[in-house]
Amino acid sequence: MAATGEPILEVRDLVKHFPLNQGIIMRKQIGAIKAVDGVSFDLRRGETLGIVGESGCGKSTLAKLLMALERPTSGSVKINGREIAQARGGELKRVRRNIQMVMQDPYTSLNPRMTVGDIIGEPYEIHQEVAPKGDRRRKVQELLEVVGLNPDHINRYPHQFSGGQRQRIGIARGLALQPEIIVCDEPVSALDVSIQAQVINLLERLQNEFDLAYIFIAHDLSVVRHISDRVGVMYLGKMVELGKDTEIYDRPAHPYTQALLSAVPVPDPDGRERRERIILQGDPPSPANPPSGCRFRTRCWKAQEICAEQEPLLQIRPGTAHASACHFAETHDVVHV
Amino acid sequence: MKKTSTSVLPAGGALGDEPLLAVDDLHVEFVTRQGVVKAVNGVSYSLNPGETLAVLGESGSGKSVTAQAIMGILDMPPARIPRGEVRFRGTDLLRLPEDARSQVRGQRVAMIFQDALSALNPVFTVGSQIGEMFRVHRGASRRDAEKKAVELMDRVRIPGARQRVHDYPHQFSGGMRQRIMIAMSIALDPEVLIADEPTTALDVTVQAQIMELLAELQRESNMGLILITHDLGVVADVADKIAVMYGGRIVENALVHDIYRAPAHPYTKGLLDSIPRVDQKGQELYAIKGMPPNLLAMPSGCAFHPRCPYRQDNCVTEAPPLYEIGPTRSSACHYWREVLDGSHG
Ligand SMILES: Nc1ncnc2c1ncn2[C@@H]1O[C@H](COP(=O)(O)OP(=O)(O)OP(=O)(O)O)[C@@H](O)[C@H]1O
Ligand SMILES: Nc1ncnc2c1ncn2[C@@H]1O[C@H](COP(=O)(O)OP(=O)(O)O)[C@@H](O)[C@H]1O
Ligand code: SF4
Ligand code: SF4
Ligand SMILES: [Mg+2]
Ligand SMILES: [Mg+2]
Repeated sequence: MAATGEPILEVRDLVKHFPLNQGIIMRKQIGAIKAVDGVSFDLRRGETLGIVGESGCGKSTLAKLLMALERPTSGSVKINGREIAQARGGELKRVRRNIQMVMQDPYTSLNPRMTVGDIIGEPYEIHQEVAPKGDRRRKVQELLEVVGLNPDHINRYPHQFSGGQRQRIGIARGLALQPEIIVCDEPVSALDVSIQAQVINLLERLQNEFDLAYIFIAHDLSVVRHISDRVGVMYLGKMVELGKDTEIYDRPAHPYTQALLSAVPVPDPDGRERRERIILQGDPPSPANPPSGCRFRTRCWKAQEICAEQEPLLQIRPGTAHASACHFAETHDVVHV
Repeated sequence: MKKTSTSVLPAGGALGDEPLLAVDDLHVEFVTRQGVVKAVNGVSYSLNPGETLAVLGESGSGKSVTAQAIMGILDMPPARIPRGEVRFRGTDLLRLPEDARSQVRGQRVAMIFQDALSALNPVFTVGSQIGEMFRVHRGASRRDAEKKAVELMDRVRIPGARQRVHDYPHQFSGGMRQRIMIAMSIALDPEVLIADEPTTALDVTVQAQIMELLAELQRESNMGLILITHDLGVVADVADKIAVMYGGRIVENALVHDIYRAPAHPYTKGLLDSIPRVDQKGQELYAIKGMPPNLLAMPSGCAFHPRCPYRQDNCVTEAPPLYEIGPTRSSACHYWREVLDGSHG
């Protein structure tokens, strides 16, 4: 999927701090969870940007900020040059049409009391102009067809579908308003192995057909590699490395990326005894109280004094062709995925 | 086969021809309002000391129910076991009286559960939960039990064990809770450890830590490990042999290298083919078509036939037996030769 032209999504210095409060009557803010803390990137038409990182590093919060489901603490999100982060009312409604979301859990993200037709057609209630009332049933049936479901099942309820089919319903709903961007937050993690490939193929087919751009959040690094043109690696609210899929997977420069990739088990037992593996010690620190300087330094085997004093910025470093946020960035072949 | 009616089980030591643990033609059904759910339909696998057996299969294929039958923790009813044996050192556990069974459970055959958070009791400290193993089974005093708990927390590498022994489960991260579960399960030095998806809910970085820990504990004690998972990467990393389950049956049994080199069942082959590979970038992934079977309405003949690219007419009517296709290998497919050869499909 060749990405072309101007970015359709521009994210700059995006920050989301959740206040940490104490006291029940006199609520006093005693700190903040720095869920997303200064993230910048672009996304082009037809492009897929994969986002990876450990649980709690801020991926879903980032997704919600892009969707304007959360208000940022600071920073900017522009869709086709229009600011979404501060938009209100009619303006918000207009920019939102262009960005839709597919959620992780096909079992809980669909309202069990609504028919499939109502679920997929719901966005038309808010955006009447896209499909006038008389036209909706036909549109919804078209969408069912597009995602590989039987259009005659329009009056069925979610519980009458399998997990993979429910994920298709979620995708159909995401497509209803013909957005240019779809944010997929773990779209296949809850599915059976034998069903994941079907849904990934569907997402790729739809991308080609409608020239969609994807933000693809997932913890399965081989799936992310398969679908992404570029990949961003997050750690404790920061983007620590960002580059083309081949750069991130074949020439990772940040120690965290290297550790993450080396931890992925390889589905091939040959040579497993000789495989090099970086095993990180401990858990990520709390995002309420991240380490000074480089946030990875408490688990990094290369950390020096400067790492505690100076925050490494996400930029292209000597000897590398893509951006990484490490004072001692150095490409290292950890293979596999 | 030996008959055992007393509670005395053979001690450890030489096993002769009998594996440490052998599941033989196990059937488990649940009586529900919708009908009888045949969750396990003739499962056989075996395990030797120091060995790692991976049980691979998608959700609902019967992996956990088989494990629960081995442990003797199924609620009966609604569950019933119409057929089969679970032999531990030659003794069929299914025929043991409950008091003898409870001496095996947790002490000689132990289990780590799929969901560490719900398996731990939120109102007791982790120390008292680990220590309880020693109080109940070894009659240890409260103080000794706590000392043991600290030792075990050290052994599964929980930093600051002495301080953290008084903490509650919710004060630990997912990875740390799984370590606590592991500490409880190895407390009494079991000979068999069943780990049911021990890392499914965890990040790859934490998964790597937990798998390394399990491998080390296994090396130290030579216990047999049954690792239940749906992750083909984890299996390739640690397993000696594999049992692949589909619709409540074993469809393929093989040594790890054999199965990755050349699967002998179309389902196994489909799973391996659907892994995204680097050189397939930009191409469609291979996908097994259709959906996993509904246990209330199992397809006739071979349960995989509605999804199988190798299907022939007789597959719809004749359920394939588990063919012995080599000294360490079996496949429940009429056309295993074609699958092994990699022809069509
Ligand atoms: N509404 C909220 N209030 C307070 N803290 C929050 C809120 N939402 C998220 N957080 C915190 O922000 C951090 C980032 O959360 P987020 O859900 O974005 O993580 P994630 O990367 O999506 O993780 P996962 O892989 O587990 O889905 C976490 O520490 C989380 O607990
Ligand atoms: N108590 C129960 N009552 C009815 N059906 C059950 C019960 N426990 C498990 N099952 C069914 O048995 C089948 C196998 O379940 P399980 O062994 O948990 O699968 P998995 O391979 O995912 O571990 C599933 O279809 C499940 O719904
Ligand atoms: S900046 Fe320092 S601590 Fe951070 S990743 Fe690089 S070497 Fe490690
Ligand atoms: S027995 Fe027939 S349907 Fe079943 S797996 Fe083999 S070829 Fe396919
Ligand atoms: Mg999330
Ligand atoms: Mg299970």
